[in-house]
Amino acid sequence: MTLLSVSGLAVARGGLRTLENLNFTLEPGQALILRGPNGLGKTTLLRTLAGLQPAVDGQIAADPDSTAYAAHADGLKSALTVTENLRFWAEVFGGDGIDQALSLMNLTELAARPAHALSAGQKRRLGLARLMVTGRAVWLMDEPTVSLDAASVGLFVQMVRGHLAAGGGAVIATHIDLGLAEARVLDLTPFKAAATRSGTGRAAGFNEAFG
Amino acid sequence: MKALLIRDLRLATRAGGGFGLALAFFLIVCTLVPFGVGPQGGTLALIAPGILWVGALLSCLLSLDRIFALDHEDGSLDLLATAPLPLEGVVASKALAHWLTTGLPLVLAAPVFGILLHLPGPGYVWLVLSLALGTPALSVLGAFGAAVTVGLRRGGLLLSLLVLPLYIPTLIFGAEAVRRGAAGLDPWTPLVFLAAITLAVLALVPFAAASALRVNLR
Repeated sequence: MTLLSVSGLAVARGGLRTLENLNFTLEPGQALILRGPNGLGKTTLLRTLAGLQPAVDGQIAADPDSTAYAAHADGLKSALTVTENLRFWAEVFGGDGIDQALSLMNLTELAARPAHALSAGQKRRLGLARLMVTGRAVWLMDEPTVSLDAASVGLFVQMVRGHLAAGGGAVIATHIDLGLAEARVLDLTPFKAAATRSGTGRAAGFNEAFG
Repeated sequence: MKALLIRDLRLATRAGGGFGLALAFFLIVCTLVPFGVGPQGGTLALIAPGILWVGALLSCLLSLDRIFALDHEDGSLDLLATAPLPLEGVVASKALAHWLTTGLPLVLAAPVFGILLHLPGPGYVWLVLSLALGTPALSVLGAFGAAVTVGLRRGGLLLSLLVLPLYIPTLIFGAEAVRRGAAGLDPWTPLVFLAAITLAVLALVPFAAASALRVNLR
């Protein structure tokens, strides 16, 4: 069973097409790494896949309740402790495995600490641990390794491998080499929308004026 | 929904959550008015229903911009929108949390503030009843305003301008119920209208707020 299948997809940010003619599928156990320069539309693509914004063209075939999205912001409440933050998301998504998620991301010792007392990397680890408690099959991750040290990137890759082995899938937008050798790499540069690529047309003029 | 409600209540009561702010503001408004219009009991008793309702309205307004803005800033709103919870449910639960931390304390404390303003004896029951019936509408309409202005810089100011006109019907019937009650007249007609407004708002506005959120999240 295919987890996610995209055909002829075009996405837009602020009314401007950024990527078009995208075709790919994601099977259980697969990871897809999205690459491309800043501003190409990686975040827009992930937000569209997550259902936060509509696709301009083409189809996304996926169970709407199968995706979990991890954005640049971690969605943590600084007044709540690490465990309270995770438990909230587990209850909202109807998932479990809080203890397992904490130990996998090396957060067990920080479990009772309020989130405002965490370092940037620790917050990021907590934000990624949230994916585990959602119980969702497809993880959409936007620059998951920002502010993580090498050891934490290792933990993250281990977490993703565990998820893939359990039949899940992952779409990861990243600029660094994760060391996830089995993942497919999709370079988005050839899919850049024509209007923005040629630099002509009304849309591009608007972009120049207000961008 | 229960998890979201519990989280919001917990956040409101922890440091920096702003719980009690509305109540303190209400207290200050009710203390300032006698200084402004003079201590004559007769004058105060005349304007007490209106002042109490306007005070409740403004205190409610204070914490409205926090309903969605904080969740938008830290990214939780995006994550909530992708959660299995419908956005209408998110709006309803957040409005309920706002009412429990702002409206309900106002309802309970209103009789004390009534004394400060020389509210006549028969008015107290109707003050509490009208606030209990009217304040839920204030929270839900406020959640709608917060949903429309989420993500805007200085959205709080715009929020006040958008929401205060929507509060007018509730204010008219709420204050009228207290005035009639305090004067010993039959307050049921304005109270029934007040309840009708609240029920209509509860039934319809969460859907409008959820649509506004969907547009703002794009």
